[in-house]
Amino acid sequence: MKSVSASPHTVRLPQLRFSSMTLRPRLPLATLGPLLALLAACTFFATQSDRFLSGGNLSLVLQQVMVVGVIAIGQTLVILTAGIDLSCGMVMALGGIVMSKFATELGLPPALAIACGLGVTALFGLLNGLLVTKVRLPSFIVTLGTMNIAFAITQLYSGSQTVTDLPPLLTSLGNTFALGGTQIAFGTVLMLALYGLVWFALRETAAGRHVYAVGNNREATRLTGISPDRVLLGVYVLAGVFYGIASLLSVSRTGVGDPNAGQTENLDAITAVVLGGTSLFGGRGWIVGSLIGALIVGVFRNGLTLMGVSSIYQILVTGVLVILAVATDQISHRTSR
Amino acid sequence: MFFFKTPVALAALLAAGIACAADQPVIGLITKTETNPFFVKMKEGAQQAAQAKGAKLLSGAGKADGDNAGQVTAMENMIAGGAKTILITPSDAKAIIPAIQKARAKGVLVIALDSPTEPADATDALFATDNYQAGVLIGQYAKAAMAGKPVKIATLDLFPGHPVGAQRHNGFLKGFGLAAPEAKSNELGKAAEVVCMADSYGDQAKGQTAMENCLQKNPDINLVYTINEPAAAGAFKALKTAGKDKGVVIVSVDGGCQGVKDVAAGHIAATSQQYPLRMAAMGVDAGVEYAKTGKKPSGYTDTGVTLIAAKSVAGVEAKDTKTGTDLCWGKK
Repeated sequence: MKSVSASPHTVRLPQLRFSSMTLRPRLPLATLGPLLALLAACTFFATQSDRFLSGGNLSLVLQQVMVVGVIAIGQTLVILTAGIDLSCGMVMALGGIVMSKFATELGLPPALAIACGLGVTALFGLLNGLLVTKVRLPSFIVTLGTMNIAFAITQLYSGSQTVTDLPPLLTSLGNTFALGGTQIAFGTVLMLALYGLVWFALRETAAGRHVYAVGNNREATRLTGISPDRVLLGVYVLAGVFYGIASLLSVSRTGVGDPNAGQTENLDAITAVVLGGTSLFGGRGWIVGSLIGALIVGVFRNGLTLMGVSSIYQILVTGVLVILAVATDQISHRTSR
Repeated sequence: MFFFKTPVALAALLAAGIACAADQPVIGLITKTETNPFFVKMKEGAQQAAQAKGAKLLSGAGKADGDNAGQVTAMENMIAGGAKTILITPSDAKAIIPAIQKARAKGVLVIALDSPTEPADATDALFATDNYQAGVLIGQYAKAAMAGKPVKIATLDLFPGHPVGAQRHNGFLKGFGLAAPEAKSNELGKAAEVVCMADSYGDQAKGQTAMENCLQKNPDINLVYTINEPAAAGAFKALKTAGKDKGVVIVSVDGGCQGVKDVAAGHIAATSQQYPLRMAAMGVDAGVEYAKTGKKPSGYTDTGVTLIAAKSVAGVEAKDTKTGTDLCWGKK
């Protein structure tokens, strides 16, 4: 990430009071909690349905969370800076429509069409970032606006019509390969790789640490010589890129360009982030937690269906877990002070 | 909840991974949402039929009308759960097609309930109301009820691009004797008599807003076609607030119990009643038949539609609200 100019050596974050508790996950409860919840859910469903633990079924759950999972990466970055992004789902839908229409109706080479889709979602990220940093608007309001703008453009540009007959490259991430008899989707691998990459970047690079620093205390960060605006701008643009990747995953999964995609993905992604133990107040969190958060929701949806229980219970359980997660975060934060 | 009864079956299944279930046919029902009473009733009908036939019913839905990805997820989960038959009310007639193709390639029987996919032959069969005919019936009733008076019509439609919205709308125009596109058309027909067309999304609040806006456009509207009864209830509310509820005829489609009550109360003049329980029960029967004999149904089966009206009009056959209540779906 080139958005941060200060070299890692000129900024000695450990001198700051906040840094010692931000750079590494501190309390086991905040990071272990989501993992334990996921394991408990898996154990429960394994006792209820003998199909649950099959490789094919677990691979399916991973495929089903890959769209929300990748959106949640962008969302986690934004939330770590104490922001929030409501536009993510709609921006993803727009990216998907741009890719699919450019590749079919405009007849662009599929790779170029994908690049255009990514460009559009990155532009929306840039717009969000500029409004947050230059105009100093709260991210909630900015992204509420861009969410509606992206939705309207998606509907107008697509004429509310689904785009079909896509070239194979656009849906290739939905294809699978066999691993020990289990079919794994390429999109799943991409999602896991992205999580690995971002986990590394947040933990080991200066830019990654600046993201935490800005979310913790913007003013203190500025005083150390880091430009919070540049960090924020980088985060929003990067988030846009992740939404673009999610567009491609969404198109791959359903095999069509769907103008009605992404309508609940903003709240779903925020749910995943919060379930994963990242604090909505910024500065604290673990990227891998967001993947676990997305998986918890996916496991409940899948497991309850296998049991033949209404998926409304999945919504109920999600609600309870969200409150538990935030409460845990609050309590652990208070006691650590 | 369902447990495999014998350790032998359990072992066999574990060994076979996701092989097909032992003796009980598994049928998946995917509705547009879990909360709309129409689909709640459809699920009940399927549940009863499944119990009667000794089948296991899995159910799922999208989060909202139009949530295609949610339906795809539900379908995958059901097939992973051993479903050999999928009954689906497609939220997005086109977008669901690739998922259905994948399912059918695995030998799963896919039947569309309530509304077709686009193209309709993407599923093995379709069990649904003839929505064009439902529109024709209320159009004919409205024509007789207006008794030759000059009409100014408002149509509160579904949302752009949905075939059911177009079929009911165009059927209504046809029944009223106006120029209308044919049943296969996905375009909303326009006629000089129609002074306002607005999307209600089949929702009461949005229907009310749509009617209010239509009244702003043309205060003399005296006939209102609505896509369903919640939209009709919204239209009535708007008309009542504007003090125009007496002189305006509202017609609708669905035949839910609340809608039939609104017909009895005179808020809605007539409604075309459809039968979600029957669709679901027929779907389950077909699934059980497929599990037993391997025979698949094909083509379109009309699940029937009946005109329900409080006041009878000359030349149009209609059932009264008592019959409507007996056959209605939802809370009586």
